[in-house]
Amino acid sequence: MSGFVLVIRRDLHLAFRQGFESLMVVAFFVIAVLLFPLGVGPETNILARILPGVIWVAALLASMLSLERLFQTDYEDGSLELLALQPVALEVMVMAKVTAHWMTTGLPLIVAAPLLAVLMNMPADGLWALMAALVIGTPSLSLIGAIGAALILGSRRGGILLSLLVLPLYIPVLIFGASAVDAVLGGFSAKPQLLILSGLLVAALPLCPWAGAAALRQSME
Amino acid sequence: MTRFTGTDVVCFRAERIVFEGLNFALEPGGALMLRGANGSGKSSLLRLMAGLSRPLSGTIAWNDTDIADDPEAHNRHFHYVGHADPVKPVLTVAENLAFWAAIRDRADTAGAVAEALERLGIGHLASVPGRFLSAGQKRRVNLARVLTAPADLWLLDEPQTALDSQASRSLDAAIADHRQQGGMVVMSSHAEAGLKDAAPLDLGDFQAQGNAESTGWAA
Repeated sequence: MSGFVLVIRRDLHLAFRQGFESLMVVAFFVIAVLLFPLGVGPETNILARILPGVIWVAALLASMLSLERLFQTDYEDGSLELLALQPVALEVMVMAKVTAHWMTTGLPLIVAAPLLAVLMNMPADGLWALMAALVIGTPSLSLIGAIGAALILGSRRGGILLSLLVLPLYIPVLIFGASAVDAVLGGFSAKPQLLILSGLLVAALPLCPWAGAAALRQSME
Repeated sequence: MTRFTGTDVVCFRAERIVFEGLNFALEPGGALMLRGANGSGKSSLLRLMAGLSRPLSGTIAWNDTDIADDPEAHNRHFHYVGHADPVKPVLTVAENLAFWAAIRDRADTAGAVAEALERLGIGHLASVPGRFLSAGQKRRVNLARVLTAPADLWLLDEPQTALDSQASRSLDAAIADHRQQGGMVVMSSHAEAGLKDAAPLDLGDFQAQGNAESTGWAA
């Protein structure tokens, strides 16, 4: 079996044994979104107006919460060094870990988001745009976040540093992710936004594992 | 014939030259015993040999090919045991080892893991989760990892740490077997026992001249 599949299986195995970490990410996402009607007030037209942005911001924060642990535990117990010393390219390892991270945090968000959208009175035609944007956008979040997660290894207060590094890089995904839904709700096509999100993903796919692996090598020097 | 050599290696770490002008050569069945005071660069040399860091100058070569030319190919040649014992607390001992065996393309991982655990005397721990292990048991699991998949060279950084005398003997036997079959070993250790007729390499002999004065670090 290839190293790529083995590392994904290992990380999924660890995530399921550790239990509720990915469930907590979803719980955070749901609670963060549900705070908005309480804060802004329950007028449905205001909620419908801000909902795409709220869901995306909450998704960014939720995905970032779990990023800190992406390499940290392996770094602390020495597994990361050993992973770097296997006959598999470190870039492939990073890609595998990112894939596992997305499967345990990105996928549950995609499942939870339409339920929240319905709960918050989003018109039905916005739902498919929201789903499509999340499906294309969340892998980019995991990929970009991996660079930050690799850069903070060995630093104290890594979590805050991570958000400073990663959140600005999330902005393009946020803008086009939210405006895809806005466009559909306003009666336009979401195609341009979805194409730009796909473009971001296609750029992140080769660049982020490469940059992440370089940062990991630096941390192990 | 397999050859693992270092030529004129200079190690630079934490803003000082740790050692310089170091040469070594290993051939099948050979062993190198790293000696030296704390901070003399034993672990640094093992990390250089593993390719985790690069020498400032000089080359470390496998069959006369610089290991930096193709790190992934070099990774197939050796096993590295560092200070940390990477045993995941939520996985059982057997699950921990099965991953490391499989990633080295070992076909019969279950059989290989069971055999390696037996050889280090921890066969009864196979289904115990990592979080219940003592320091010495974790170290044995880490050493068992080395036995689960064949590699020509073993890089062992103070492998006897936390081991009891019985486990030390199992380790010595495993190393002797490995060398019998043409394997090579580089090992750092404070203990006198262990490798028979290993070539000693005292890193104290390669300390940089004027190290302490020029950088303010204690030599």
